[in-house]
Amino acid sequence: MANTKEITKDNLLEVRNLKISFKTDEGIITAVDGIDFSVKHGQTLGIVGESGSGKSVSTWSIMRLLPKNSIIDKGSSIQFHRKSGKVVEMTKLKANSRELRKIRGGEVALIFQEPMSSFSPVYTIGNQIVEAVLQHRDVSKEEAEEIAVDMLDRVGISNPRQRFRQYPFELSGGMRQRAMIAVALSMNPSLLIADEPTTSLDVTIQAQILELMNELQEELGMSIIFITHNLGVIAQVADEIEVMYLGKILERGKTKEIIQQPQHPYTQALLEAIPRLDRLGERLTAISGDIPSPLSRPVGCPFYTRCEKVMPGICDIEMPKPTQLSETHTVYCFLHEEKDV
Amino acid sequence: MSDTLLEIKDLKVHFPIRSKNLFGGVTKYVKAVDGVSFYIEKGETLGLVGESGSGKTTVGRSILRAIEPTAGKVTFNVDDETFDLSQLTDKEMRGFREHMQLIFQDPYSSLNPRMTVRDIIAEPLIAQKLATGDEVDERVREAAALCKLNLEFLRRFPHAFSGGQRQRIGIARALVSRPQFIVCDESVSALDVSIQAEILNLLMDLQAEFGFTYLFIAHDLSVVAHISKRVAVMYLGQLVELAPTKDLFYAPKHPYTEALMSAIPEVNPDQEMNPVHLDGEIPSPINPPSGCRFHTRCPYTQDNCKTDIPKWEEIEDNHFVACHFAKTLTLKGAEMPTSVDAN
Repeated sequence: MANTKEITKDNLLEVRNLKISFKTDEGIITAVDGIDFSVKHGQTLGIVGESGSGKSVSTWSIMRLLPKNSIIDKGSSIQFHRKSGKVVEMTKLKANSRELRKIRGGEVALIFQEPMSSFSPVYTIGNQIVEAVLQHRDVSKEEAEEIAVDMLDRVGISNPRQRFRQYPFELSGGMRQRAMIAVALSMNPSLLIADEPTTSLDVTIQAQILELMNELQEELGMSIIFITHNLGVIAQVADEIEVMYLGKILERGKTKEIIQQPQHPYTQALLEAIPRLDRLGERLTAISGDIPSPLSRPVGCPFYTRCEKVMPGICDIEMPKPTQLSETHTVYCFLHEEKDV
Repeated sequence: MSDTLLEIKDLKVHFPIRSKNLFGGVTKYVKAVDGVSFYIEKGETLGLVGESGSGKTTVGRSILRAIEPTAGKVTFNVDDETFDLSQLTDKEMRGFREHMQLIFQDPYSSLNPRMTVRDIIAEPLIAQKLATGDEVDERVREAAALCKLNLEFLRRFPHAFSGGQRQRIGIARALVSRPQFIVCDESVSALDVSIQAEILNLLMDLQAEFGFTYLFIAHDLSVVAHISKRVAVMYLGQLVELAPTKDLFYAPKHPYTEALMSAIPEVNPDQEMNPVHLDGEIPSPINPPSGCRFHTRCPYTQDNCKTDIPKWEEIEDNHFVACHFAKTLTLKGAEMPTSVDAN
């Protein structure tokens, strides 16, 4: 296999050369194009990118939760440290294998944007948490109920015993989102994938959920992959940030490095484009043009069609190689490659 | 005020709930908007923020009478004449709609997939009989050009366009009748940041050029701050505070505004968020709490908050607030940016 390199001890998850395509009527669409990333134990990796950048696809693939028409390239590797200490190659697991089912939900949990559609409407909240707990933890039904009530309480739902018996429609959006986090956390996962978990929530509830995730992370020592397009949120929660565009990673680094010293023109443009309280009324710098269709991905650097600093004859020929700016800060851009030479 | 474009006074929108028995009598009301008053000057942008369920969308729609207000007065000044919109008949109102338009949130569901872009943009002109024949096309092209839409696009259908382009089509449709007042209801919320910036710039450019007046409804506080001259905060069907943007953000006078401001995630990893905790959930608008509606969740609540309704007062120049303790509480606003000079 292409990657025989062993996963390092610090990392809970190591993804190498991940490439995911979809077979569609219009041809093969490459949603994620050969990316590498890793998540350290107990840390939060933030992934930012606009719609279509492949941020969801790349992380859902860790749980192998992709539609049937998806193809994970043979050279891809997703190595995951199980709780038992064993390292598994997730891409090699059979889609229906026991091991994969154990990992899914039990060790890697997912919360997503839509709290309205993530629960079944015909079962009570408690019922759904208990079911999940029984699947993954060796406990009796009574113990599972206790875990569920306790979790609902921990995520800040008042009257957890009463809520336990209620149906999803009886809870507000913010409460449902918290209940979903309770489901995910009641299995004690070592990795939580949070895919835009606060995007549809009001700011006050968003702030509560972010605080809650922080607290629980400290307490349970889990790692989080936090996907969002909101740079404010990511600046608050992430230890490291990775910036994605059209299926590629363009820049990666510690949160401070990315937010305070962004080096890739795309990261810089994103930060310029958001309205900020310290720049009220100023004209925003929009990124010209639209994101290209994944069917006609630009050759070379995916961002060159919209980049202000594009160098014709260089950027549109091949993808720039990674340039290491510091031990933790990597950028994929020819502007920096040159400086190196 | 002579340069006021629109003034609403004690606007109420109550939705009846019918009981489930055979006779279906009205038993209760959802008081979505319950006594809201404000004015908007010509060429100004007024931001309207609040949690979901606070009634901000209903305010916008009832001004346009897309939802019939239950009570209250909406006066609109156009061509030196003053109209009371709540008194107009449906037919008169229809004629009046050329002066006011709405830009929707979702550019995917607000455009009819079976109409060409040209027909979508032309619809207000035809519905209101504002133009006929070649004039329709002329005005459609003019509106499209203002929104930086390629004129070749006019023959295509909405599915061929990206989110940003669709939103520009929606704006062109709103502009084509040459309105004075536009309600933007979460008009950039569904867009990616790079495209959101472009649409915000477009809205601001159009305002500078044609003097449009906007009511800008959104839940993203930084976006609202960016585009608005003044901002109103709504809670459970009522306004709790209204002030010039900077005053409201940096020196809020209402505890609810303080909570909102503390929850804005700053794009600055050095500045840790320290959100004010609000207890519980937003109460039901069927049975709003007595006294100050915010008292059930307010960290500063006192006994008289539970019984006395706070007055809507102008406590500083142009700074309105409804709180018993607005003058005595010291509240924290959004973090003052450290990186830039204070001016």
